[in-house]
Amino acid sequence: MLELDGVTLARGAFRLRADLSVPVGARVAVMGPSGAGKTTLVEAVAGFTDLTAGQIRWDGRDIAQDAPGDRPIAMLFQDGNLFPHLTVAQNVGLGISARLRLRAADHERIAQALARVGLAGMEARRPAELSGGQRSRAALARVLVQHRPVLLLDEPFAALGPAMRAEMLDLVRDLTQETGATLLMITHDPADARRITSEVILVADGAAQPPAATETLLDNPPPALQAYLG
Amino acid sequence: MAGRAEPVSPRAGIIAALCVAAVILGALVAVILRAEGATAGLSRANWAAIRFTTLQAAASAAISVLLAIPVARALARRRFWGRRGLITLLGAPFILPVIVAVLGLLAVFGRAGWISGVLGWVGLEPIHIYGLHGVVLAHVFFNLPLATRLILQGWQDIPGEQMRLAAQLGADPGVTQRLLEWPMLRRVVPGALAIIFAICLTSFAVALTLGGGPRATTVELAIYQAFRFDFDLGQAAMLSCVQILLTGVAAIIALRVEPGGGFAAGSGIALRRWDSGGALVVQDAIAITLAALFLVLPLAAIFVDGVAGLWPLPSGLGRAVATSVSVALISTALLLGMALPMAATAAIPGRGWVEGAGLLGLAASPLVIGTGLFLIVNPVINPSTLAVPVTALVNAVMALPFALRILVPRAREMRAAHGRLALSLRMRGWPMWRHVLLPRMRPQIGFSAGLTAALSMGDLGVITLFADPQMATLPLYIFRLMGAYRMESAAGVALILLVLSVSMFWIFDRGGRRNAGA
Repeated sequence: MLELDGVTLARGAFRLRADLSVPVGARVAVMGPSGAGKTTLVEAVAGFTDLTAGQIRWDGRDIAQDAPGDRPIAMLFQDGNLFPHLTVAQNVGLGISARLRLRAADHERIAQALARVGLAGMEARRPAELSGGQRSRAALARVLVQHRPVLLLDEPFAALGPAMRAEMLDLVRDLTQETGATLLMITHDPADARRITSEVILVADGAAQPPAATETLLDNPPPALQAYLG
Repeated sequence: MAGRAEPVSPRAGIIAALCVAAVILGALVAVILRAEGATAGLSRANWAAIRFTTLQAAASAAISVLLAIPVARALARRRFWGRRGLITLLGAPFILPVIVAVLGLLAVFGRAGWISGVLGWVGLEPIHIYGLHGVVLAHVFFNLPLATRLILQGWQDIPGEQMRLAAQLGADPGVTQRLLEWPMLRRVVPGALAIIFAICLTSFAVALTLGGGPRATTVELAIYQAFRFDFDLGQAAMLSCVQILLTGVAAIIALRVEPGGGFAAGSGIALRRWDSGGALVVQDAIAITLAALFLVLPLAAIFVDGVAGLWPLPSGLGRAVATSVSVALISTALLLGMALPMAATAAIPGRGWVEGAGLLGLAASPLVIGTGLFLIVNPVINPSTLAVPVTALVNAVMALPFALRILVPRAREMRAAHGRLALSLRMRGWPMWRHVLLPRMRPQIGFSAGLTAALSMGDLGVITLFADPQMATLPLYIFRLMGAYRMESAAGVALILLVLSVSMFWIFDRGGRRNAGA
């Protein structure tokens, strides 16, 4: 279970409180108006934003002081998820070894992960030679070999067209189902949330609400969400 | 706040910055302590040196900038064959060894030079190049291109929309000038003047070769003379203090008037001018032709005289080549060892002071640092045994500000683009350098290494304090040939030095850009 216990995030005049827990294997959307602190919340979980107070626990252990790479977390950002000068295989291989010391068995794993996301045989390509969707797939292949129990998505598919984005979301749903990973995904689009998540964390008015069932929340939005959805 | 987690630990950069600061400040302290012991105040000769230094620097700055304005304007509003080549050529003096340029200028403007020859046909006296006007001529040769580039940048920063608006309003050239060009010049020119003034204050090699004597000695040259002719370390130290004061004041002025932004950002519409017909075409053509000739003729002279003077090769040339190449390579290695960790650290918010430590090199002059280091090592070890490492170190420290200017912006981009991904993948320290920073910063690394190698190769400064008669770098070797009036041989070796400097630059720069990934 991922627990945010008495978490306070402060930056200048901005404050965000979070007291919630996410069960293992859940797929949760993080929604709310722009500037409410969705990215700040997810970055705090990932370790890019320091907590002002509180604990973040995974499996009962406080991880709030761990460096980002030492947390049980894989994350995809809005952009820059691949190193442009490295091949697809190297980019995926970084999920296994940050020093890129890869053995034969590792190359086998990379090939399998690439095949799983639909990029079989593209090991030697560079990101510039891939389409936007293929780049997202390559980043997801790295997430697969990273083998972390929590996956955070900060709108990595925002630049893709609607059909491609739906395809990527389905792939994320399938992959997390196979690995049992817990998913936290920032999104602006209620349709995305309905598509693959069962719960929503609403971030508004200086607080992150505990997860509520996606359908119920989106069918009867509270005032803050109503104003945002329009 | 990612204060605790960074893909590259700031420690190495901070240590490097402290080392650089220690070398520069240590040398300054040594100089100041020693100067306190000197009993005599400033002699008349010293005051003359101070007056000459500021006078020639002011004249060089004023003439360079004044001449640069019409050239930059012509380059800004004309498109002609060879324009890009000419603009590239404007960057060349940066890696052109001073002593080579001086030989080229002598061949064109000297007593037995091309222009004096032409004057002789029509029965006029030859030109005298030594003294104030020779020093200023050489400084203008080096800084006219710099001033032109700075001012051309100013012209290109005028948003295309504003030019279009001026044309739409029916503005003639006079109105365009008042409306758009004067405000730009008012913003850019003081900065260019201050930078060139500061550069010329520390002039040594030019004054050494074209100046000299009681009426044309710079403070930097006086330090050398106190060292070399009188071995009066107290006097050298006191002159160094004077030089520190001069460069310090100039550096503060230069930082104060550094041209800031001011024009609204344009959308990048190509600069097309509607106000440039008729007589202006002739005026621009004359400006560009004269500037090109002024730059190209001395370079051509180096080739013509150099090829003629190549044979017979003077003795000891091989050793000088080997010394120069080792100084340049050691200097480049030292520079990268300091500049890379410093750039990575300076890219972290709140650590910008690390770049500031690198800029200290601009405030001190090479001979002052050289004097300080000499004072420090002299009691312990014969300084001439340290000639190569000390020269390499001082050259690296002098190149550091330029290298950081090139490397830090790129390091910032890299941190912004890849920092978080690298952290989430647990890439820290060496893996980050090896797989991300070194490959992605390779063009910038190659460029700064090339600049350093070329600068170090052509430097005639500290080596004159430390070298004994048996050893020489190529520039010092050329200087000694000139002193022995062996001008043909000097020209031949100058050509070799020029080819070596440019090749060094080219190899590093090319190596950085070849196959550079996206």
